Amino acid sequence: MSVARFWRETLRRYNLGGSKCTECGKVYFPPRSVCPHCTTHRKTMGRLEPVQLSGEGEVFSYSVVHEAADGFEMQVPYVLALVRMKEGPILTAQLVDVDPKDVAIGMPVKAAFRKLKAEGAGGVIHYGYKFAPVLSPTEKVG
Amino acid sequence: MSGGLSAPTLGKHSGETVGIVSYGTYIPRFRITPDEIGRVWGADGVGMGKNLNIVRKSVPAPDEDTITISTEALRVAIARGGVDPKDFGAVYVGSESHPYAVKPTATVVAQAVGSTPDITAADFEFACKAGTAAIQTCIGLVASGMVRYGVAIGSDTSQGAPGDALEYSASAGGAAYIIGRENVIARIDGTASFTTDTPDFWRREGQRYPTHAGRFTGEPAYFRHVTECAKRIMHRMSTKPEDYQHVVFHQPNGKFPQRAGKLLGFSEEQMKYGLVTPWIGNTYSGAALIGLANVLDHARPSERVLVVGYGSGAGSDAFDITVTDAITQLDRSVGTPVEHSLQNGVNLTYAVYAKFRGKIRLPGED
Repeated sequence: MSVARFWRETLRRYNLGGSKCTECGKVYFPPRSVCPHCTTHRKTMGRLEPVQLSGEGEVFSYSVVHEAADGFEMQVPYVLALVRMKEGPILTAQLVDVDPKDVAIGMPVKAAFRKLKAEGAGGVIHYGYKFAPVLSPTEKVG
Repeated sequence: MSGGLSAPTLGKHSGETVGIVSYGTYIPRFRITPDEIGRVWGADGVGMGKNLNIVRKSVPAPDEDTITISTEALRVAIARGGVDPKDFGAVYVGSESHPYAVKPTATVVAQAVGSTPDITAADFEFACKAGTAAIQTCIGLVASGMVRYGVAIGSDTSQGAPGDALEYSASAGGAAYIIGRENVIARIDGTASFTTDTPDFWRREGQRYPTHAGRFTGEPAYFRHVTECAKRIMHRMSTKPEDYQHVVFHQPNGKFPQRAGKLLGFSEEQMKYGLVTPWIGNTYSGAALIGLANVLDHARPSERVLVVGYGSGAGSDAFDITVTDAITQLDRSVGTPVEHSLQNGVNLTYAVYAKFRGKIRLPGED
């Protein structure tokens, strides 16, 4: 991903910046400029306001990834989940700080700020949201 | 030896109350034991752990670095204190493991908490005391009225070379402090520093691992600077060790701070909460600040805390802190208490640790 393309998305990737329809109250992530939910959606053009998601949500569905995407080789097996946010939108994101066998649909999660990818050893590093369990399982060290 | 107790140093700052408005910490989930490290290198890991007083150390996940740790710690501080990040005037991040050699950590952190663009930001580096230097800077900015709130973060994901003594202690973690004048939970009544050119530990540009001067890191470096700095602040504040309920020293291992405390006349009880390295390792710029966070997690109003940081190269910064009634209003249940991270974690084998820390080369890597 080019530096400029990612830079344009930092608001949503860093801060979960979405948008909210001032007519019906529906929240969108990524942000939209028109509300498709409103029957008179043309009238909503320019009338959605920025909103920051709380970062709280629950696992809507998930998949355990064993064949890593580029840059994720060190994290296999990892969990890719659909997370339903408290405000309504469903996001796709990696789950961290949890063993794949402990993941369950409905599990409460919260946003975590993590490194998403680095463009090689000398390139820019991309940061953004992932999700972690709200209450980490109590893992006593031996 | 340079200077005496009358040598110029920062003392009691003038003006209104300045102090800690809120604080937050972040310690990664993974751990490794000295025994496991020693097993790989044919060394007596158990003995090494006992010598260093380190039971285990924290290890960052592959997607964690100083930027992510700093951001998570600051988010906890913001949530606990109920402070609007737009009211921050400065964000400073002290670390010796900034992910970029050129490009600030602080800009990412400030943007990720929503403080930009009307803010000044910079990265600090002074081995393990960059975070305390950032706090001193914030005290000045707040006391002078230049900013409403200043943020000082100490955070690291440092590494020791494989098999080196440092590998048994170098860990990851960080703490963020919001410094201001309103709703102060702990007043900072004075600060002092003791700084000399002492080459006990360094990392040259482009080098992957730091180099240290062995035993030279002890007497002329850590112990001299920590004890002299502690003496200076107690002289300035007209205090004695028994005037403090808690003391926190920089803690490159579990032994050095215990010995520094004894040399200065502090008891084990006073060091009880401030000593965290035995269970999470040396978090470098985060070490003294996470120790202070553990003290604040347990502290009651009116308790007095002495903090003495240390950074190789070398220097110490000290703070005389008094906890206020406002700490009872701070929501300390937000975020993970330090105590939880001292007791919990997931142990790694050395092989997985090596993979997480990038010690294994993948195809295509240089």
